[in-house]
Amino acid sequence: MARASADRHKLLVTVVAWGVALAIFFPILWTVLTSFKTEAAAVAIPPQFLFFDWTTENYAEVWARTDYLHHFTNSVVISLGSSLMGLLVAIPAAWAMAFSPTRRTRGVLMWMLSTKMLPAVGVLVPIYLLCKRAGLLDTRTALVIVLMLSNLPIMVWMLFTYFKEIPRDILEAARMDGATLRYELLYILAPMALPGIASTLLLNVILAWNESFWTLNLTAASTGPLTAFIASFSAPEGLFYAKLSAASTLAIAPIVVLGWLSQKQLVRGLTFGAVK
Amino acid sequence: MASTHNGATARLMLSPAVVLLLVWMAVPLAMTLWYSLHDYQLLMPRGNEFVGLENYVYFLTDPAFFQSLANTLALVMGVLTITVAGGIGLALLLDRPMYGQGIVRVLVVSPFFVMPTVSALVWKNMFMNPVNGLFAWLAQVFGMRAIDWLAEVPLLSLTIIVAWGWLPFATLILLTALQSLDAEQQEAAKMDGANSFARFVHITLPHLARPIAVVILIQTIFLLSVFAEILVTTNGGPGNQSTNLAYLVYSQALLRFDVGSASAGGVVAVVLANILAIFLMRLVGKNLES
Amino acid sequence: MASIALKNVSKSFGGREVISSLDLQIERGELVVFVGPSGCGKSTLLRLIAGLEEVSSGQLLIDGRDATQLPPAWRGLSMVFQSYALYPHMSVRDNIAFPLKMAGRDKETIERKVNEAARVLNLQDYLDRKPRELSGGQRQRVAIGRAIVREPVAFLFDEPLSNLDAALRVNMRMEIAALHRQLGATMIYVTHDQIEAMTLADRIVVLNAGRVEQVGSPLELYRRPATLFVAGFIGSPRMNFINGAEASRHAATTIGIRPEHLSVSTTAGRWQGKVSLAEHLGSDTFVHVEVAGLGAIAARAAGGLDVRHGDTLWLTPDESCLHRFDEQGRAIGA
Repeated sequence: MARASADRHKLLVTVVAWGVALAIFFPILWTVLTSFKTEAAAVAIPPQFLFFDWTTENYAEVWARTDYLHHFTNSVVISLGSSLMGLLVAIPAAWAMAFSPTRRTRGVLMWMLSTKMLPAVGVLVPIYLLCKRAGLLDTRTALVIVLMLSNLPIMVWMLFTYFKEIPRDILEAARMDGATLRYELLYILAPMALPGIASTLLLNVILAWNESFWTLNLTAASTGPLTAFIASFSAPEGLFYAKLSAASTLAIAPIVVLGWLSQKQLVRGLTFGAVK
Repeated sequence: MASTHNGATARLMLSPAVVLLLVWMAVPLAMTLWYSLHDYQLLMPRGNEFVGLENYVYFLTDPAFFQSLANTLALVMGVLTITVAGGIGLALLLDRPMYGQGIVRVLVVSPFFVMPTVSALVWKNMFMNPVNGLFAWLAQVFGMRAIDWLAEVPLLSLTIIVAWGWLPFATLILLTALQSLDAEQQEAAKMDGANSFARFVHITLPHLARPIAVVILIQTIFLLSVFAEILVTTNGGPGNQSTNLAYLVYSQALLRFDVGSASAGGVVAVVLANILAIFLMRLVGKNLES
Repeated sequence: MASIALKNVSKSFGGREVISSLDLQIERGELVVFVGPSGCGKSTLLRLIAGLEEVSSGQLLIDGRDATQLPPAWRGLSMVFQSYALYPHMSVRDNIAFPLKMAGRDKETIERKVNEAARVLNLQDYLDRKPRELSGGQRQRVAIGRAIVREPVAFLFDEPLSNLDAALRVNMRMEIAALHRQLGATMIYVTHDQIEAMTLADRIVVLNAGRVEQVGSPLELYRRPATLFVAGFIGSPRMNFINGAEASRHAATTIGIRPEHLSVSTTAGRWQGKVSLAEHLGSDTFVHVEVAGLGAIAARAAGGLDVRHGDTLWLTPDESCLHRFDEQGRAIGA
């Protein structure tokens, strides 16, 4: 008796959950579907859901008439660049704090957290003017540096929590086994730290790709990353929903998929390790 | 590791990050402060006189400032309410056994990874547009007037757009926290005669108290700086109805080219954020560090 | 195999002294057990010998040579950790081979020694598995294997059996004892379990709050405990302690008598009392008796004794096994 009602319960939960999930996912779904419609079909009333003439003309047009690839490349360079450079600085810092903690370690970590709380708009003016004077407006370099600094606290915190999880006695066993510091780092610590470093890199690539304050203010629409490229569609010229959908799908697809794979990292990274 | 790593090496490894963040924080802030005390117009760089607190007076007495403050607060509170309540509900739902849980999670999590400019434009054009949007069509189907969302209720519309993007974050955090809840505690409560509701109130909710605090803290930090969605949909309008503090400062700096006033605004934003941060961090701070 | 000596060794953590002026001599080939309650400093002492912690003052000698300042790798010791500390990203084979790799041995030697250790410890079928695929007992053996291949001058064991279930613990205890006989190695073994101590040790070092209470063979500690603490720590169930008038009659502040040294009678005896609890184990019966003026006394009786809660019982102590202690808890007489 209990078994039957448990199954029925499961079915009910499934139905409700799928319903809610599809409702939440709907805007994305709708965008993808619209990207395959003709412009006329995109604005048709009543809205056409699945049964329309599927076409790839929008994608062809976005590819040909806009320089989508250029913006895509910018996004890749900025995301990867700022994340990798950030790792270069964050790994030693997190390492030092995780393995050689001092009385000041906690203070330093909290201070780093507080720099992330600085509203970007508070430093918009000087950063903008600095970039202007250095001729760095509208360049990838400026964004790589700014985004790296902006995400550095998250990277340090995330790496710190991962490093802290490496059991101390495994390192001691390595020392008892005769490993010098170099070998201890190379053979034991590095392989165990690698997953954490990869997770941090993944999350930060995602955050940098979607960053929409500095990328919109420090670039012009024609030379920015994908965030700016899409923003340029905000002043519509005529019917353009299908084209917008195609451009949007191209812009978000890689990161949404990456996001599916990095849910755990997201929880750890954005809560500064408070929730694991 | 302590005996093989002396203090000097550790300090050396720590210094690049500390120095960079120090410079990143201190230099621009100092500059903002400097600009805020001078009359600096981007289009007339020669007029650079010290004006003391005049910019602050100008900025703080501008009715747009108070409106933007109210809007910022409304936006943050609105999104927090929707995401925390929705997040708890969704987390409870997703914690149950069901078919295809993996896919459900993937669907629910997706909005967070859509870049704000895309999500804002999609909502603006395909849902909220009074002529071609889906909401308009739905209104028609139910015989109601089609609302021009972004023109009539801009702040509400923005709240919906931003909340949609952040709901997955709250859900994921709370779901992760729920899954760490010891099943044995629930069983003990059942033996003690507690029904589902009682168990939720006395065991689940207290266990979630800390993650909820973390969600609120983290989201508030990011929500104070909502910018792209406003830029791409309403540009703060109509009038100042959907201008928040961040957008106000931006418009002063890059649209009106009044660097002095914008800097004053920037300082105000920093001060407000700090007050909030100190308060929130004290509430949550000791829990943030493991 | 080496002898290990500690001379006047102290250890402080930030102002708090956890080990004070300790002297100890461990002979070649001995299995010495450090035993004591939680926080007594036994693990710290082991880690000082290993070199994982630095001595605050004093000297550590290995085979007569001063090793106080030597890093762990140079002391020639091997340690088996409580959590086994296996390298999770390496196979069993690579785990065991690691110390040899660090010592720079050639491939054939490494392979030969690893296979030999695997044979001795029955790990041949698991050589290519990762630690997470192994059971607790198997992981333990891998940890021991890794310690053996180094051919150290002494083995250090840090509560190696505490993470195992009871049956497995008994088996592994016998395996470690067999290993000791086979290798003739100097071994230092830390545990909080006095049964492990009694069964494995050549000599036991009883530690309490950073000080050595007594050093001796298991039977010495059992028959002639030097302090109240040792008397109460060694032996299960615990020795009975009696203060007051009865103690003064024996010219001591406290007297102690083990449950197994009391004879139980339903008719007559020295001390009369009511049974508060009777535990029937089949092989023995343990009775807890409330004796007027003395308090609760535990006694061991024959398995078939039919007593229940509330019954009256007489206990008579064996005077030759009675222990006397002064006000400082030191044993009087020998």
